[in-house]
Amino acid sequence: MKALVFERNLPRYAASRVASLLGSGRGAGIGPLQLLDAGPPDLPGNDWFHLRPLLSGICGSDLATLDGRSSRYFEDIVSFPFVPGHEVVGILDTGGTDHLGQQLEPGTRAVIEPVLGCAPRHIHPVCPYCAEGQTGLCGNVAFGDLGPGLQTGFCADTGGGWSTAALCAHSSQLHAVPESFSDEDAVMVEPTACAVHAVLSAGIRPHDVVALIGAGTLGLVTTAALHHLVRPDIPCTVMVGAKHAHQQQMARALGADTVVPPEQLARVVRREAGSLVLAGRLTDGADVVFDCVGTSESITQALAMVRPRGRVVLVGMPGKVSVDLAPLWHRELMLVGAYAYGRESSTASLAPHRTFTLAIELVGSAGLGSLVSASYPLERYEEAVAHAGAAGRRGAVKVVFDLRNRKGSTR
Amino acid sequence: MSPRPGFVLEVDRSTPPTLFWRGERFSLERLPEGSRVIYAPEPIDPLKDPTAAIRAALTTPLGDKDPLPALLRPGMKLTIAFDDISLPLPPMERPDIRQMVIEQVLDMAAEAGVDDVAMALHRRMTESELRHAVGDRIYDAFAPNGLLTQHDAEDPEALVHLGLTDQGEDVEINRRAAESDLLVYVNINLVTMDGGHKSVATGLASYKSLRHHHNPQTMQKSKSFMDQHHSELHSSNWRMGRLIADSGVNVFQIETTLNNDTFPSGFTFLQKREWEWGAKDRLGYLAASKALDRTPARYARQIFHSVKAPHRMTSVQAGEVEAVHAVTTDTVWKQQGVVVEGQTDILTMGLPYISPYNVNSILNPILVACLGLGYLFNMYRGKPLVREGGVLIMTHPTPWEFNPVHHPSYIDFFEQVLIETTDPIEVSKRFEESFATDPWYVHLYRTGHAYHGVHPFYMWYWCAHALQHLGAVVIVGGDQAAVHRLGFRAASTLADALEMAKDVVGNSPTLTHLHAPPILMADVQ
Repeated sequence: MKALVFERNLPRYAASRVASLLGSGRGAGIGPLQLLDAGPPDLPGNDWFHLRPLLSGICGSDLATLDGRSSRYFEDIVSFPFVPGHEVVGILDTGGTDHLGQQLEPGTRAVIEPVLGCAPRHIHPVCPYCAEGQTGLCGNVAFGDLGPGLQTGFCADTGGGWSTAALCAHSSQLHAVPESFSDEDAVMVEPTACAVHAVLSAGIRPHDVVALIGAGTLGLVTTAALHHLVRPDIPCTVMVGAKHAHQQQMARALGADTVVPPEQLARVVRREAGSLVLAGRLTDGADVVFDCVGTSESITQALAMVRPRGRVVLVGMPGKVSVDLAPLWHRELMLVGAYAYGRESSTASLAPHRTFTLAIELVGSAGLGSLVSASYPLERYEEAVAHAGAAGRRGAVKVVFDLRNRKGSTR
Repeated sequence: MSPRPGFVLEVDRSTPPTLFWRGERFSLERLPEGSRVIYAPEPIDPLKDPTAAIRAALTTPLGDKDPLPALLRPGMKLTIAFDDISLPLPPMERPDIRQMVIEQVLDMAAEAGVDDVAMALHRRMTESELRHAVGDRIYDAFAPNGLLTQHDAEDPEALVHLGLTDQGEDVEINRRAAESDLLVYVNINLVTMDGGHKSVATGLASYKSLRHHHNPQTMQKSKSFMDQHHSELHSSNWRMGRLIADSGVNVFQIETTLNNDTFPSGFTFLQKREWEWGAKDRLGYLAASKALDRTPARYARQIFHSVKAPHRMTSVQAGEVEAVHAVTTDTVWKQQGVVVEGQTDILTMGLPYISPYNVNSILNPILVACLGLGYLFNMYRGKPLVREGGVLIMTHPTPWEFNPVHHPSYIDFFEQVLIETTDPIEVSKRFEESFATDPWYVHLYRTGHAYHGVHPFYMWYWCAHALQHLGAVVIVGGDQAAVHRLGFRAASTLADALEMAKDVVGNSPTLTHLHAPPILMADVQ
């Protein structure tokens, strides 16, 4: 069995950082990532189970890590060597129990909710956030029975999805996959859960103008979440800035009212909001802006198009950025993060639910498995990572590793 | 030797290639044998003494109007309105006709002891543009005292509603103009569309008033809007103009015409017939085209926009609006009219760098469409030059480029409206109101140098008749994305465009090339 292992290796780290200047994902072959023989890690306890990955996605945060662009903030909440891969659908060869304590038969397909909060770490009593089900906010991600690691895929003790060997999944992390789901549907559950959490915690009100910057995987699933989970109760206008033609087409199909190239987004927001323009910023603007990119440029753009006291939600993982915060101060803007998932409050038509439960429903109703554009076997990881790094330009959305003994495909 | 009339050339094997404008560049294209090329008449003789002619017009008015000096008296309120930078094209060498006319009007006003004089405009011009139009003497005398004002169609205090026409059309015009004892309107009638009741009813009106005739339905019924007697645009303006007169607004109309001496020395080959080019013309063409090919577009634009035309005044008449306009229209026809036998399957035209709405600016894609399908397509009387279902081929680079100061709403119109629909009626129904009332466009129109938010809609409506009439539109050498956004087809060469046209009009099409500028009007028999 093989696994892609990310080791702490400064020369390789530097090499990948230099190579990534040529394009995201270009340094996978010379960076700290190596394909090694590996077996499944030991289970950290009897409430842990082995999950053999079937598909595992390559996420923007994975790319940032491989490119050496990730913030140093994460250094103390990962442990080396780790096997990346937190977007995972796998199979429980020997069965297990799920997050509700229900028995899962051997051969059950499941996805993991990768946050490693108090429960997987056997920390008792659990922190107040975990007690409320807000596991994404857990501060104990370097303590307890596991090594540091904010999620599976960044922790040396659990293994990760980029492996043909099984990873370790705690029962609180396991969600069985509906029979009707393809593996491609299932692997989209984790990124979709991020979007569900972002839109349901954004405080959107009726008739709000909502803008999204970026239409990669996160931008598209956020668009779908707005359309399927927010708009049934809260009518709002959704405007998306999408760079590439296929992204524009998909954003429309997933429910965006207006889709334009990113440089035109501020102009359509201005028209919709009836705003003036002052010093390159809208005097009024969108009520909520979802930044699904997370760069200095996208955050600056978001701050320039949101209304006073409006909300900018960072859905895409930012790194160290340089942003002029004068407008944030002057216009009393809210710049908030939307990390991971947990438990969502009720809305008019939604009962309180685990984010993952809502995400599974959304993936099914919106057909989000179709966003998986290409799959690669582990052996072709350099190509896979380069493809993911240039996904937009190459007409792709989500690139995954296919761990089912197949040669991979593109569609 | 008297100037030669317009001419329709039939292309044969000995015909040299024909000049096609391509924005700030041009090329020579060989047209298929049997094609026709329509050339404008040569410039007619200008007035020998324009100053005397102006004075004569003001003192011996046409129609039921007293001489201007008799209309002037101490204590009266006098307003002089004049056309904006959109006329003439290209802008003329100094002194501008407006300056020559207004100076004489002001001299007469001063002699009569008039001390309350103000001037109103169609749109906001820059100081240098104003100085060019009226001259430094007038600018310095009026502008510092706030008496040289720009008509503001969005200032409710500065507008007055005079009533409804018998067709229910609102007539709302500039208050100062309406409430003056005398309104003198100074026109430059570059084409037959200009002037008449349109001067005040359009030039000094509000959006509320303009929308009754600046709409796709009216434009589709104006065949063409260059022919007053078959133009719904003019019928509406005439109804409004008569209501303005009946409301007691005393309009003293002054209309002037120009010859079509369009380009200064160095560029005279642009208005000559190619087979008559001498060595100097050929050399001029080669030097200019090679130099322009090597010049970045923005510098080429600057070069052309600095060109001032040597137009000369050919007539001036003053007095009652309709009597004056009838004479003016005849004079314009004499300069521009060319008799053409029958229609054509394919009409070709080379689009130059300038239209009425991009003086000192960029001919953006919407203005490209308007110049070709609005203005040049409509340069006819009788029937359009191209048959119904025929093809219009235009040469222009059509860059996806806009001047954000002059045309901010054009950018949004191009990005947000044309991507949804290019049907003028649909465009009007779904989007016009929101653009016309957008507070940002209103702000930029009132305080900057931007066209009104609704202006790109009007430019698109200007194309409505052609869009309804034509089977296809092809732009040669244009930016493909921009051309497709307009709803047109893109071709890289004229030969390709002709092949594409055959798909629409068949394998043996007739072809006519409109060799303009200089401006010409086809009298299609």
